[in-house]
Amino acid sequence: MHFSGLRVIKEALTGHKGWKPLWRDPAPKPAYDFVIVGGGGHGLATAFYLAKTFGQAKVAVLEKGWIGSGNIGRNTTIIRSNYLLPGNEPFYEFSMKLWETLEQETNFNSMVSQRGIINLFHTDAQRDAYRRRGNAMLLAGADARLMGQGELRARLPYLNFDNARFPIKGGLLQARAGTARHDGVAWGYARGADMRGVDIIQNCEVTGFRIEGGTVRGVETTRGYIGAGKVGVAVAGSSSRVMQMAGMRLPIESHVLQAFVSEGLKPLIDTVITFGAGHFYISQSDKGGLVFGGDIDGYNSYAQRGNLPVVEDVAEGGMAVMPMIGRARLLRSWGGIMDMSMDGSPIIDATPVDGLYLNAGWCYGGFKATPASGYAFAHLLATGRPHETATAYRLDRFARGHLIDEKGAGAQPNLH
Amino acid sequence: MLIPHPLLGLRDAQEFTYLGDAALLDRPSPVAEGAEAAFCDYVFLRGNPAGVHRELWFHEQGDRSWLVVTRNTLTHEILGAELASDVALALKGAAE
Repeated sequence: MHFSGLRVIKEALTGHKGWKPLWRDPAPKPAYDFVIVGGGGHGLATAFYLAKTFGQAKVAVLEKGWIGSGNIGRNTTIIRSNYLLPGNEPFYEFSMKLWETLEQETNFNSMVSQRGIINLFHTDAQRDAYRRRGNAMLLAGADARLMGQGELRARLPYLNFDNARFPIKGGLLQARAGTARHDGVAWGYARGADMRGVDIIQNCEVTGFRIEGGTVRGVETTRGYIGAGKVGVAVAGSSSRVMQMAGMRLPIESHVLQAFVSEGLKPLIDTVITFGAGHFYISQSDKGGLVFGGDIDGYNSYAQRGNLPVVEDVAEGGMAVMPMIGRARLLRSWGGIMDMSMDGSPIIDATPVDGLYLNAGWCYGGFKATPASGYAFAHLLATGRPHETATAYRLDRFARGHLIDEKGAGAQPNLH
Repeated sequence: MLIPHPLLGLRDAQEFTYLGDAALLDRPSPVAEGAEAAFCDYVFLRGNPAGVHRELWFHEQGDRSWLVVTRNTLTHEILGAELASDVALALKGAAE
């Protein structure tokens, strides 16, 4: 079933009787060449690229609940490639390029909107830091431009420029950044993978790995044993729990990150804005809700809900940067569980168990990475070699001392 | 969250700074065989259980003591707290 404008018109004229479910509901087969554990954004993208780009036919995605029920459905939908370090920036720029053609690639409306992102700076030192970041982005082929206060005042007149404590001096703009419809991303990848023969098996929890002589043979699940040539684990948030079943400890802590949405408002914020003096980021959804968030709560958690001190902190950040939103009512808040790694950067690598591969440690930046993460993980699974933009995301980099620590915060996950 | 400080009673968790897995109290010996690998594990690999977790909290805006707090990471329920110095002394006693 191919989606097109013509198809929409035809269905509208014939009573919408031709639409079909976007993916099948297959029973698990006894074995597959590739089993992907985790039907979130990264797992579904991995299956999609395995089937489409690397021509693999025998692929299954196993999901404990329903697909897209984890962090792909819980994030603040921002896509961007404004990183600093050489281990990160080319990867995220690769992801940004994949976002730009995602809808053509999957034939699905993921509502990718390149509305730009503006990182505000508040001091001269921060301007220097952002200029450096912008230059690093340009070197990696991304776009970046420093905006002065005058230009920013014309573009976003409602910001609190003359805040006595955090005056806004300007911003770093990435015009190609923006937002995407997060559920639509999961559904687009799921449908695209399913069309190419991938079995998406929901309500199928992995309960153990069958490992013989240091090689993985398959996975035990709540729907029986499933054999596998290679197993890829993409379960960010629960990586430690799942890899523990393979006898591994990871350089990861699980933390809760909260997000918020206001009541629907008329069009107000036509870009993504981040506050540089605290931790606050905001955009407006197409339904009109202001979508925003801030810091993680800061303690290990698997609860998918946070506590009030961070709600207050996020609200204070919002009020410092744009006092007008103080009159908007909060509609909902929720929490998601983040894989906070020891250097703030992800892991896409083989593990000490032959045939078992790991995609983890996305901290709170996993959504924007979804296409490149899936592509790079599929590349690793299909060819046995890391993708050229993901060579730094090794599991052993901690032991070798080759950390990718954007903030220079050290091995303290709640500071990344 | 309220943390039952052994000396000060129930205190708001906001007064504390979080460090993580209480296993950090058990620092490896720098002169032992394989110290480099032991320190690598010590720095980068921490307990991350879904359930009961023993972890270090620093009473930064209070009496500046370190506590070992026992907490359920699935519910955020706090099950107990003891002075980290007591736990460290007990560890040392057990080692000797």
